[in-house]
Amino acid sequence: MRLPLSWIREFVDVPLDISLDSLESAFVKVGFEIESIETQGTDLTGPLVVAEVKQIEVLEGHKKPIRYVGLDCGEGSIRFVICGASNFEVGDLVVAALPGAVLPGDFSISARETYGKTSNGMICSARELGISDEHSGIIVLPAGCAKVGSDAIALLEINDVVIDAAVNPDRGYALSIRGLARELAASLGLKFKDPALAVDSKKYAENKDGIQVSIGDPTGVSIAYIRTIEGFNPKALTPLWMSRRIEKCGMRSISLAVDITNYVMLELGQPLHAFDREKISGSLTMRFAGGDKVIKTLDGQERKLSSDELVVADSTGPLALAGVMGGATSEVTDSTTAIALEGARFDPITIAKASRRHKLSSEASRRLERGVDPTLAQISTARALDLLIELGGAKYIGSCSAGTAVFAPKVSFDPNFVSKYLGFQVSLLDVESTLQLVGCTIVKNSDSEWLITAPSWRADLLTAPDLVEEVARNIGFDKIPSNLPTGKSGARLSSMQLRKREIGIYLASNGFSEVYNYPFINPKYLADLGFSGDRAKAFKLANPMSEEFPDLRTHLLPGLLQAVVRNLGRGQKNVAIFEIGSVFRDTVKLPSQPIISTEKRPDDSVIKSIYDGVPVQPIQVAGVVAGKLGSDGWNGSVAEFTWVEAVGLAKQIISNTGNSFEVVASDFAPWHPGRCAEIQVDGKAVAHAGELHPRVIAMLGLPERSCAFTVVVSALPVSGAFRAKSLLTMPPAIQDIALVVDEKIPAAQVEAALRKGAGELLESIELFDRYDKLGDGKVSLAYSMLFRAPDRTLTADEVSAFRAAAAESALKECGATVRS
Amino acid sequence: MSSTPGDIASIVKSALNAIKGASDLAAIKLVKIEHLGDKSALAKASQSLGSLAPDQKAEFGKIVGAGKAEVNSAFEARVTQLELERDARVLVEERVDVTLPASKLPKGGLHPLTILTNEISDLFLGLGYRVAEGPELESEWLNFDALNIPADHPARTMQDTFFVEPLDAKLVLRTHTSPVQIRTMLENKPPIYVICPGRTYRADELDATHTPVFSQVEGLVIDRGITMADLKGTLDYFAQAMFGPDVKTRLRPSFFPFTEPSAEVDFFFNGRWVEWGGCGMVNPKVLQVCGIDTDEFSGFAFGMGLERTLMVRHGITDMHDIVEGDIRFTKAFGLGGR
Repeated sequence: MRLPLSWIREFVDVPLDISLDSLESAFVKVGFEIESIETQGTDLTGPLVVAEVKQIEVLEGHKKPIRYVGLDCGEGSIRFVICGASNFEVGDLVVAALPGAVLPGDFSISARETYGKTSNGMICSARELGISDEHSGIIVLPAGCAKVGSDAIALLEINDVVIDAAVNPDRGYALSIRGLARELAASLGLKFKDPALAVDSKKYAENKDGIQVSIGDPTGVSIAYIRTIEGFNPKALTPLWMSRRIEKCGMRSISLAVDITNYVMLELGQPLHAFDREKISGSLTMRFAGGDKVIKTLDGQERKLSSDELVVADSTGPLALAGVMGGATSEVTDSTTAIALEGARFDPITIAKASRRHKLSSEASRRLERGVDPTLAQISTARALDLLIELGGAKYIGSCSAGTAVFAPKVSFDPNFVSKYLGFQVSLLDVESTLQLVGCTIVKNSDSEWLITAPSWRADLLTAPDLVEEVARNIGFDKIPSNLPTGKSGARLSSMQLRKREIGIYLASNGFSEVYNYPFINPKYLADLGFSGDRAKAFKLANPMSEEFPDLRTHLLPGLLQAVVRNLGRGQKNVAIFEIGSVFRDTVKLPSQPIISTEKRPDDSVIKSIYDGVPVQPIQVAGVVAGKLGSDGWNGSVAEFTWVEAVGLAKQIISNTGNSFEVVASDFAPWHPGRCAEIQVDGKAVAHAGELHPRVIAMLGLPERSCAFTVVVSALPVSGAFRAKSLLTMPPAIQDIALVVDEKIPAAQVEAALRKGAGELLESIELFDRYDKLGDGKVSLAYSMLFRAPDRTLTADEVSAFRAAAAESALKECGATVRS
Repeated sequence: MSSTPGDIASIVKSALNAIKGASDLAAIKLVKIEHLGDKSALAKASQSLGSLAPDQKAEFGKIVGAGKAEVNSAFEARVTQLELERDARVLVEERVDVTLPASKLPKGGLHPLTILTNEISDLFLGLGYRVAEGPELESEWLNFDALNIPADHPARTMQDTFFVEPLDAKLVLRTHTSPVQIRTMLENKPPIYVICPGRTYRADELDATHTPVFSQVEGLVIDRGITMADLKGTLDYFAQAMFGPDVKTRLRPSFFPFTEPSAEVDFFFNGRWVEWGGCGMVNPKVLQVCGIDTDEFSGFAFGMGLERTLMVRHGITDMHDIVEGDIRFTKAFGLGGR
């Protein structure tokens, strides 16, 4: 809401020397954020005078029409100036800047030679004076509005401060000069003169002479006033003081009748609508659209009506989309002389819905959907009538009202609750005076029970905490002391939270950089990567940011791969990144959710159905290495990062959580079908790792043999405390064994067979060589086995026997023979 | 043939001279063989002791023993000295340029959002708060209705909230982590002290200061006698941990459907007030829908954007850097960044 300080001063004696900072703090203190404060006119100095156009000479032969204009500036002689505009005639009053004046932008006016003439000043446009963006012509003042030669700076109220205050949705009343002047007065401790109290609405008594109104359904409209006038002069101009105020508030001056409705709305907060009385058939009804299907609004658009929208209708049908926009057929025009003026208190939610449905956020709907003071329908229509009569020469015909003003219920309130809720002592006197300041009336039943009647404009004051806020913001939130409460001892991270943290630190310490990708993906890209089945069942966004990414991710790798591509594109040679995050799969049919009341805690069964309606969202960690981990340097090159390391990292992540696992070969997109390991815990796949599919690598332009891994962190069981084995200290005995085995036999199987045969005293086993050039589909695997007994040094005979038993087992289980 | 004591003296003298004359470790090795080895004159003198008469044996043995000891000790001393000389020379020769880069060592890092989340979690764990998390794809009822944001509230329009199909499943990408607060209150009895960090979604275009996917941390306390002073004190503690012990905060009256009174919290940084987040006393309507007795319990809640906190604290000027996954950004933070 834009507020000219000059207008506020009509109702509050704001000190003349108040600083902009104090103004801003005063509003912020009571809860109004200040978007901007403009000081208008400080960059303009006169002489700037009202001048009458006496003669116009059009200079020919220039690219655009140029006029040489004789002006009476009240100096007793004619002053000539050059002017490039042509929207004025002899006899018009204009604004002239005389030599010596400085206009905004440090534009000094002096007598100068131009177009072969001497120009002794300048006729000004609104933009040149810095009062609006209007620059299609120069300002033409209403005839007779001021004496020739008088000061135009004062006339145009150029010197002003315009404050733009943000108004929260619970404070509809503050979308008015009245509302915000009241707040400013309270904040600064000044008296406030309520403009609504200055209006005498009783003089416009209700009768049957004007347009009559009825309410079709009180759930849509609680109270409505229609007042009728005749004999309005459609040629009457809006006085400057009014148009300037309307402009300073960010609206346009249109015509006197419309300007008056807007002016009163800005001043009091009640939207008004002026109908051309001659275009109304019969009386008006405010009702839901029902069977009416269409309305043409005054912006010329045909709009489809929904049956639960409010309209103002006459006997022929809807004339206006109530509270949102007037209709084209009944609007006032430049020939309207009889006006029916409407002011009504519409249901805020109905207006909000209509405004949203038609994508029409008007000055009227913004106010009505936040709730308007129900007393204002009567008062503001009377105020507008005063102005129509005074400025437009209109004659009062009649008034009609329908419905009744509905006010918020009284609140029973323990005033001691304020101190208890705020955490410091607020005297009952302060509670009383601050509540009175915002307009409440108080009946004290006892020291601990007050009955509060909120003012008509505060339908939001319904509970004790609402009243506490009023007290607190008026004594100042800065008075609230600081106290640090603490919860119970023993708070700690959950196992899953600790696990996520440890995985992050592990990967970051091993050369991976963490990224956070948007979880929005393209289904074709997902398919191109080879995702199918459940892993491609993505949730669709009803309203995606872009059509390119309409789905939610089902897996972390697609996003990570795009981040890799971005890094490579920015000149990186080696990229190792990881992400920990949720994935979403639309694999279970979700029940449709009913409307669930918020009056009280729902039954446990209802809560369960809410919870069950939310799909399970597994947490993954995934990483990609494109290029090497680390980079080649002055002291040599780094080893290639291969599928071996990718699988190793995934295994390490799992064993770091205290889980043991098995590795099996897998064919799983987007990995290389022959180079992908599936890692299982308790027989369930929890991770995949290996080299990416060559087709994926080619498609994305990644370095050859790029690798990736994914571990479903949330699928890893939370194991109990790890049980340590006691360390044996007797000397070890090492036995090496080289086996020749069919290359199709997984090494893990060979190792398992050796372990099984080697017996209990085998402490560790390690593959130290693999040779695949034997031919005949055979490979050689060389293992080093370390044996140790708890109580003695093993003899050579003993360990040879263990080795032989291991070899025997490998032969039996895997067909492996000892290489000689 | 047997040696005389005079012979021994001259043997010792010649050995000592040789030791003294050895100029490096290789030379002293040869000296050792010649003068202390099995075939040296001293060894031979020792060996000849066996053929002497017992009385001569004792006397001559003493002389030979003393000579041997003298030569040995001179030899050890010389070796030690030569080794020191060699070490001094070699260590100088082996000097390297320690400023050379360790390029082969892989360098990674945690995203600063993770670092900040961890830091905030630890801060509040220390105050006895639990860290509560919940799903990002969330029930509309938990994200809106239960928080006193009714169906016709502007926040529930398509402009602000991402909805997921089918619409009758009433699922949204959570617009704040407040549904985690609701879940916490539905699942636990007070006292409740939790913080809820996590990713949140609003349909804003990405620009230098906005992102449709962002991170929040919210706090919720429900206990007997909780006041706005408790809220203020908690926010002060939090702000000081984030921005330094001298940071100033202020509360400004504001409006949120789920709190009453409501406030914005600002902090003063680099000469200006910076909007940090929203907060307030939990609206009794919200407590009631979670089955909490409002006569017995009251509570406060607050919520901040982590990106804003990061940007101010670390001087990040463009949101793109936070969301684009450029490894240069992450690496610069290492494991801590402060």
